[in-house]
Amino acid sequence: MTITSDLVAQHGVTADEYQRIVEALGREPTLTELGIFSVMWSEHCSYKSSRVHLKTLPTTGTRVLQGPGENAGAVDIGDGLAAVFKIESHNHPSFIEPYQGAATGVGGIIRDIFTMNARPIALLNSLRFGSLDEPLVRRTMAGVVAGIAGYGNSIGIPTVGGEIGFDDSYTGNPLVNVFCLGTSKASEIVKAVASGAGNPVYYVGAKTGRDGIHGATMASAEFDDKSAEKRPAVQVGDPFMEKLLLEACLEVMRTDALVGIQDMGAAGLTSSSCEMASRGGAGVEIDVSFVPQRESGMTPYEIMLSESQERMLLVAKRGREAEVERIFEKWDLHAVRIGEVTTDGRLRVRHRGEVVADIPSKALTDEAPRYRRPTREPAYLKDAQQLDLASLGEPPAARDVFRRLLAAPEIASKRWVYRQYDHMVRTNTLVLPGMGAGVVRIKDTSRALALSVDCNGRFVYLDPFLGAQHAVAEAARNVACAGGQPIGATNCLNFGNPEKPDVMWQFVRAVEGMGAACRALDVPITGGNVSLYNETDGRPVLPTPVVGVVGLIEDAHNVGRRTFQAAGDIVVLLGESRAELGGSEYLKIVHGLVRGVPPALDLTREASLQRLLVDGISAGIIRSAHDCAEGGFAVTLGECCFDTGLGAAVDVAAVAVPAAPFGDVATLFGESASRVVVSAAPAAVSELLARAASVGVPAARIGTVGGNRIRISIDGRVALDEPVADAEAIWSGALERYFERTRAIA
Amino acid sequence: MRARVFVTLKPSVFDPQGTTVADALHTLGYANVTDVRQGKYFELDIDAASPAEAERVAAEAAAKLLANPVIESYRIEVDAAAHAEMAR
Amino acid sequence: MKFAVVVFPGSNCDHDAQYATEHVLGQQAELIWHKDTSLRGADAVILPGGFAHGDYLRTGAIARFSPIMQEVKRFAEAGGPVLGICNGFQVLLEAGLLPGAMLRNVNLHFHCEHVHVRVEQTDTPFTCACSTVRPLKIPVAHGEGNYYAEPDVLARLEKNRQVIFRYVDAAGQATPAANPNGSLNNIAGICNDGRNVVGLMPHPERACELAVGSADGLVLFESAVKAVSEGAFAVSR
Repeated sequence: MTITSDLVAQHGVTADEYQRIVEALGREPTLTELGIFSVMWSEHCSYKSSRVHLKTLPTTGTRVLQGPGENAGAVDIGDGLAAVFKIESHNHPSFIEPYQGAATGVGGIIRDIFTMNARPIALLNSLRFGSLDEPLVRRTMAGVVAGIAGYGNSIGIPTVGGEIGFDDSYTGNPLVNVFCLGTSKASEIVKAVASGAGNPVYYVGAKTGRDGIHGATMASAEFDDKSAEKRPAVQVGDPFMEKLLLEACLEVMRTDALVGIQDMGAAGLTSSSCEMASRGGAGVEIDVSFVPQRESGMTPYEIMLSESQERMLLVAKRGREAEVERIFEKWDLHAVRIGEVTTDGRLRVRHRGEVVADIPSKALTDEAPRYRRPTREPAYLKDAQQLDLASLGEPPAARDVFRRLLAAPEIASKRWVYRQYDHMVRTNTLVLPGMGAGVVRIKDTSRALALSVDCNGRFVYLDPFLGAQHAVAEAARNVACAGGQPIGATNCLNFGNPEKPDVMWQFVRAVEGMGAACRALDVPITGGNVSLYNETDGRPVLPTPVVGVVGLIEDAHNVGRRTFQAAGDIVVLLGESRAELGGSEYLKIVHGLVRGVPPALDLTREASLQRLLVDGISAGIIRSAHDCAEGGFAVTLGECCFDTGLGAAVDVAAVAVPAAPFGDVATLFGESASRVVVSAAPAAVSELLARAASVGVPAARIGTVGGNRIRISIDGRVALDEPVADAEAIWSGALERYFERTRAIA
Repeated sequence: MRARVFVTLKPSVFDPQGTTVADALHTLGYANVTDVRQGKYFELDIDAASPAEAERVAAEAAAKLLANPVIESYRIEVDAAAHAEMAR
Repeated sequence: MKFAVVVFPGSNCDHDAQYATEHVLGQQAELIWHKDTSLRGADAVILPGGFAHGDYLRTGAIARFSPIMQEVKRFAEAGGPVLGICNGFQVLLEAGLLPGAMLRNVNLHFHCEHVHVRVEQTDTPFTCACSTVRPLKIPVAHGEGNYYAEPDVLARLEKNRQVIFRYVDAAGQATPAANPNGSLNNIAGICNDGRNVVGLMPHPERACELAVGSADGLVLFESAVKAVSEGAFAVSR
């Protein structure tokens, strides 16, 4: 077949890139080879726009067992065990087909974990949608939640937490980021490497069909009006098949018959075979006519590019084939030998014996294009950072603001969502979902792990460098509030079109900020994902670099609780309030604005705060800890009362604001960083305050837990006084009301 | 030949999925759709000597596995001309 | 005593059931693969929760044909204690070891939450150590827990005291609000005519330690230990 320039363009390959392909091969490519290059050099697989910047992130540390470059990262958690984790996106497919897009996203990240010989024990997700007033958005969200539930519940891995955010920019570009954590013996982590000449290459799992062909290139393209036609490229997940694969692969990895294993994710058989070959410095030769197929007449091109789900590629030790095949047969899986490892460093694909592709594997991976795309500070930025409170007129009464914020989808209880997730299977969940970090115990040890995924896209939009730092700080802080010492992080960088200099500027600044924060908080990045081209009709999403942090709780008996525990406990506010309303939920909900600068962030003080929390919880001094985020102090205090039957009466110092009468609003709903509302038994308060003073964390005793009202005074004057029951009714019922109205069908 | 098996919930069994579909159709403007019952449809490709034998095999499959007799009933159609489209 | 925990392809709560009976209760619990044909001298059988065969076709519809189910049937017919939890209950229904069938939850969503159940009868091997006064706080996690039986079957179940667990609120009242899935008569679990086979939708194995939210489920397994030690449900081999 002649390769025309149209065909090259259809494959998303630029003229320059095509030249490089010809050079790498020393000739024109075959169609199959063009297809292989197009997916391996797509943004989604090659990270060509992001790689040079990701290299600046800190990825090492005393606990890091595996950094970026493998299917997932791993950190040492003691007792010879490792926590293996990563976060990944499945954004574009979730717009096209919400249920299956989200379901297959869950499936993909789970495979990335068990392919390392780690049993997955927890899932979290970070989701973004447009406004719930739109029927299409409600249908998308209902589908995504049902898909995550359908897959995660079926395979039996608990979804223990996450976050959901809303902004119009996500309407045509929902974000579905899924985080998975597994545990493994540190010495038994298996890598995805092909080595040993003559070792057999096996394919196991579902049969290959035509699903997802050009899924990788689709993920690297923006949406436009023709997106609906892209439906055939969406994969359908089979969680039952994946459960069988999971158990069978873990069983096979308990023998030492495997050299390496990788799941077939984006770019399916193509990426798994050449990535394994590249890592091993070896070559792989396969004959695709041996690949089990569920549709007739599939071409080698289709077989190599198919993204059918639930398939694994393994390299076994020569001579151990029978053992491997027998284990898979037990699970009613058919492991088929499709090729072998070679020494020539090439990916050679045959079809019924005839060579259809012959490519140096490193050309597809290490030598893929790497771009340092131009950046330019966006035109919107300077103006957007201006916030003139005086021009906003008189703010509404604090009581009205409080009620509106509690009812905002961003803040309201997500119970309608997480009740659809099985969050208890495997009997490890120590903290039920609802607020803050998820916590799972590690059986046969005294430890537990705290997990959180966070990002405030508005902050990143208003200042990408600072906003990304906030994402790191918030995720680590959430984990610290559970008593977990942050020990590792993963990131999912969701941005618009990198070929636009202002989007690229956001990306580069965000990565710089993230790196600085990770260094300051000593939380290395062990791996992650980049999702670009999240734009529809030229409008990009809020830049959303989601950070997932894993924290170690040494004693599972001392897990930080979010809500007040007993009447009579003393409420202490840690951190400094500066009446910062830039990028706040208040501004968005009440004034419809995303403006100002994000709150200041002192990373040294943040690190001290987190240390204080971890130590205080482990010493039993802190009874509850809940950090201030969207909605500010008042919302946080309210949440501390929910589901407890307890109220609180506190008095906070007024925070000066240039444009009064915004004083109360700024004090109650400002979103200053590094603040946590904690409670302590009366006898423990002085110890807590002393500890805070010794590490330089501002701390003020502000009131008492008790009664059945939320009462906040400012320097003696009552500024907010609401019955807990009323506030809780608003907060807990808000989200459900959106979905009751429409009866969206999953 | 091909046997088509239609499995539906018995009339006495409440069908929340069917009700939801009916409501959704009403929202879309189809007020004259008065009721919806949701069921399952199976296509069995059977190597049989005659349509009667194919029907017998399908009926056994339906009674034994495809339908739960406590809550579902079934009916069968045999299409002698249809053949398998999928590769084995 | 020894529990057999049957593992179907797709079972998820097998390890949880084993952990509860071995680690928490200190008994022996062996995982039995669905293709096995022996229960290996177990005193009681647990069919655990999960998604056997992906819940494809209908929940439990394919698992009931597994080789091990012949043994489970024999064991049950000989009077041995059998507990079906969630998906296990669904398998027992499809296998005809318990009457009735499961439908999709009435609100069409999967539902994972702590609920309260009242123990209605204590003359089964899994409730003989329970109180009928204080409701148990146990989690449910299912999409198809809406129990259905034809009117005459339902009437007979109630008359014969075969409803063993009923969804109630914290005060012990069987209200509609306390029913997580729309099941008839707030039925959460039933037993067979012989009173040795019990099925329930809630997960007692997830409520055996306070650390995970409740220890109210432990008493179901303690009951089995009591029943077996008293020889009430011994199976002659």
